[in-house]
Amino acid sequence: MLQAASAGCKGYSVLANKVGNVANGQEMGVGPDFAGLMLAVRDKADRAAYGVVFSHFGPRVKAFLMKSGSDAALAEELAQDVMVTVWHKSAQFDPARASLSTWIFTIARNRRVDYFRRARRPEPEDLDWGASEEPDAADIYQTAEETRRLGAALSTLPEPQRALIERADFGDLSHSEIAAQTGLPLGTIKSRIRLALERLRQNMN
Amino acid sequence: MTIKHHLNDDLLMAYAAGTLSEAFSLAVATHISLCDDCRAALAAYEAMGGAILDGGDDLAPMSDDALARAMARLDMPAPIAAPKMPKHAVLPAPLQHYVGTDLSAIKWRKLGMGVRQAILPTKGKGGSARLLHIPAGQAVPDHGHRGMELTLVLKGAFRDESQHFARGDIEIATEADEHTPVAMSDEDCICLAVTDAPLRFNALIPRLMQPIFRI
Ligand SMILES: [Zn+2]
Repeated sequence: MLQAASAGCKGYSVLANKVGNVANGQEMGVGPDFAGLMLAVRDKADRAAYGVVFSHFGPRVKAFLMKSGSDAALAEELAQDVMVTVWHKSAQFDPARASLSTWIFTIARNRRVDYFRRARRPEPEDLDWGASEEPDAADIYQTAEETRRLGAALSTLPEPQRALIERADFGDLSHSEIAAQTGLPLGTIKSRIRLALERLRQNMN
Repeated sequence: MTIKHHLNDDLLMAYAAGTLSEAFSLAVATHISLCDDCRAALAAYEAMGGAILDGGDDLAPMSDDALARAMARLDMPAPIAAPKMPKHAVLPAPLQHYVGTDLSAIKWRKLGMGVRQAILPTKGKGGSARLLHIPAGQAVPDHGHRGMELTLVLKGAFRDESQHFARGDIEIATEADEHTPVAMSDEDCICLAVTDAPLRFNALIPRLMQPIFRI
């Protein structure tokens, strides 16, 4: 399966050879192609590409963990673990199924569950995706595009609503912990979260 | 196989965010193993997580030697991944991690009226999970419950009031529901049941049994 997959990703190998240019985001004003960089990590153990992925996502993973209530030192350690796991589990990266940011989010989330809850996280049975399935460039684009559109929709939310989604729903802070942080009463927090999700749905339609 | 009764948005979202307890996560992961619709919905909620991770200007700069430290760990042996579980007609992979693959090896305990249960070793607060084995045509002893209760059919089928639940279907009951699942008469029914709080039975005898059998 791996061989078939890499054969289907020639375009990305070419891109990965230009890591230097692409990484600077200078090409035609577009940001780096993270799916392509990660495929270079997956298929060629490309450390330069890994460095670019690390520099972009490391500080984001750390920020995500700090929003979940970790202090800076702990968040740095856990972000290290997450980014090393990105390397070790690179064979599981499939850009047609999840964008790179989504895939790294799931690794960061699992590390958080593992560390803070010391509980197992039951995962669904793997689908049999078929041995000769080659990732389709259109699928890869579509998947990255969905995450980008979600991000754009999120950024249109007023700051307090966005912050609540980030901290309450994805940050694993209880509503009362947020009440303590923000000084807002619990009822206000809950209704703002509902409002934010409502708005997000409208934006996505 | 057509699944009619699905997870709701709250459960999918909390599972995607990693904020759901182990017992409830087990029910969600087991349903998704059998349901492509909810698998797709989960991917959408995880994409929201990806957008949050990547979006915004929230950066927490890492220390200067962060990349060098990570690079130094790349050649260390990768942690061993969990073994891939074999396909099983009744038990999807997430359940196999708790009870193995042999139904007859499960340590069932009698609950009375032919109903048997096996409590699963989930950790942490936020619910307990068990397998229930209900003989064909038999009702699960009448019970109310506090909080939320999920009942996922693995084998056979049950009906509850006017609705019918077959393999893969999940019933989400809240505190307000007094529900009484009855196994269909043609086959024994095996379910995964997850509750927020210990079930409390309405009938006197099961209520006496409750603290003893931890149902
Ligand atoms: Zn479903």
